[in-house]
Amino acid sequence: MSTAAVSVPTTRAVSLVGSLRRNRRWALITSYVFLVLFAIFFLIPPYYMIVTSLKSDAEVAHMATNPWIVADGFTLDQFRILFTQTDFLIFFKNTVIVTVCVVCITMVVSILAAFSLGRMRFWGSSILATGIFLTYLVPDTLLFIPLFQIVKAIGLLNSYWGMVLVYPTLTVPFCTWIMIGYFQSIPKELDEAALIDGAGHMQMLLKIFIPVALPGIIAATIFAFTVSWAAFVYPMAFLYSSDQQVLTVGTVTSLIRADVYKWGMLMAGALTAAAPPLVIYAFLMDYYIAGLTAGATKG
Amino acid sequence: MADTVHSSWVPRLQGARAASAKFGFQRFMRRRSTIAILMCLPLILIIVCLVVYPAFYSIWLSMLNKSQTRFIGLGNFSYLLSRDVFWMVVQQSAIFAISAVFFKAIIGLITAHLINNLPTKGQRKWRGMLLVPWVIPLALSSLGWWWLFDPTHSAFNWVLTQFGFNEIPWLSAPGWARFSVILVNVWYGAPFFLIMYLAALKSVPDQLYEAASIDGANAWQKFVHITLPMMRNIISITVLFSLIVTFANFDIVQIMTAGGPRNTTHVFATYAFLLGIRSGDLPLGAATSLFMFPILAIAAIFILRGVRKRGREIG
Repeated sequence: MSTAAVSVPTTRAVSLVGSLRRNRRWALITSYVFLVLFAIFFLIPPYYMIVTSLKSDAEVAHMATNPWIVADGFTLDQFRILFTQTDFLIFFKNTVIVTVCVVCITMVVSILAAFSLGRMRFWGSSILATGIFLTYLVPDTLLFIPLFQIVKAIGLLNSYWGMVLVYPTLTVPFCTWIMIGYFQSIPKELDEAALIDGAGHMQMLLKIFIPVALPGIIAATIFAFTVSWAAFVYPMAFLYSSDQQVLTVGTVTSLIRADVYKWGMLMAGALTAAAPPLVIYAFLMDYYIAGLTAGATKG
Repeated sequence: MADTVHSSWVPRLQGARAASAKFGFQRFMRRRSTIAILMCLPLILIIVCLVVYPAFYSIWLSMLNKSQTRFIGLGNFSYLLSRDVFWMVVQQSAIFAISAVFFKAIIGLITAHLINNLPTKGQRKWRGMLLVPWVIPLALSSLGWWWLFDPTHSAFNWVLTQFGFNEIPWLSAPGWARFSVILVNVWYGAPFFLIMYLAALKSVPDQLYEAASIDGANAWQKFVHITLPMMRNIISITVLFSLIVTFANFDIVQIMTAGGPRNTTHVFATYAFLLGIRSGDLPLGAATSLFMFPILAIAAIFILRGVRKRGREIG
């Protein structure tokens, strides 16, 4: 039996290798074909948004030509109208203020807490870590009604400072959770060396842990940024006047006037509003993906 | 006798006690666990004040009448349970979440495998391109989809009519509207599965596949006997996590249909928004969103188990 297997004619072995290579090439071609199909499905909406935002109002309204291409000449009118005749820039400013504040609060709170939970261990620290993870799983749609009452009682209803107050519930738990993972992956020898050199806990955090865990901190910062930039439920429920509105809700509600949908301008607004997260993603993709997968792969 | 001794003792004792208290406070402040708790304090405050307290407050709120002046027990809950619209919301939420998560998982699994088949150099580019739906804020891409589904200007219908098909009432017929909101959710969420599965696929040791090849396993057998068992844990975590997020989704339905036509696309979140914020009946809205809680809690417990198990597997 075994001798038969060893003395297989060499021609058959060669043809086997050839067919394997052919198989692999076919697999590669099929992979590319299907990937192109999926890419079309995934990229249709952003593509169509870009095309629409570059058309004139007349071309959008009449539908005389192929809607998938710009037939009557490119124009940046929609962006000009958006920036000069609407409240879009106010929304943009409000969103920037809210996002910057929320990212700063989130990072300070979650780095301190993660350092303490990942490294110092005290009575109840593991229960607290579990609690943080469970908090991360509580969706905003479960809390927006009681939070409405609370924000109203504080007097921050219809103010974007109310957003600065409530957004950390979306960002802090996850950022803390992934920072715990990053801090725990730092070897214990490092902090022992620091303690021998007479460093305090704060010095240890600032001089050793933050520099070493920088990739994790960047990932967490990107997460906090994208979440607070894209938040929709809370501003939809808590903000109603347009001088306090943020981008997501402002674009979807305030730019639509008198039931006349100026789709070219709406798409220009949606694209401009989506640009900052997309730019950050384009430049920091690896950190972005590290942050995405960290939730389930670190524990 | 005792009195005199006592009175002569007191000053010294008090002085000593004050000194040791001061010293003790400093020592207490320098203790490791004290610093640790102080560092956690902001986090604890945020969680307690803005998550735990609202959660319990929500239960209290749901048992008040509309003007929040009178305690009515479970009145809001029984009112909801007696309404046909509410049962339609329950049904639609279940259909929405289960079918969307199912298709997201399938598409994510397929695309992750396709990308994993490519030469390593090209993988980054494809991964970057296919993750775009996840990066655009959902509210804004929903607006783009709404425009694609626009009743008179739908670009999809333009393509259909070019090929001689009838136009489809994407958002105005109940069945198609349900299909459309699920489609958008699949479009948005599939890239997340893709990324999770791709990361998991990379962590499967190559030796396992080589050993299987030597034993003559074909691609399907390798998938069933190596890939699936190695990825089982991450698949279940991702599916459960996505189930929570999808079940609680608000943006897509609120923007594209606002629950219509005739309340057929309402999910819990949008229905709670309609009752609580739009109609101003906060207690009824709170009661509606509380119905989400048991399902989310069950999913959360299983996720926690999976994550812990995975933490142990990694080390």
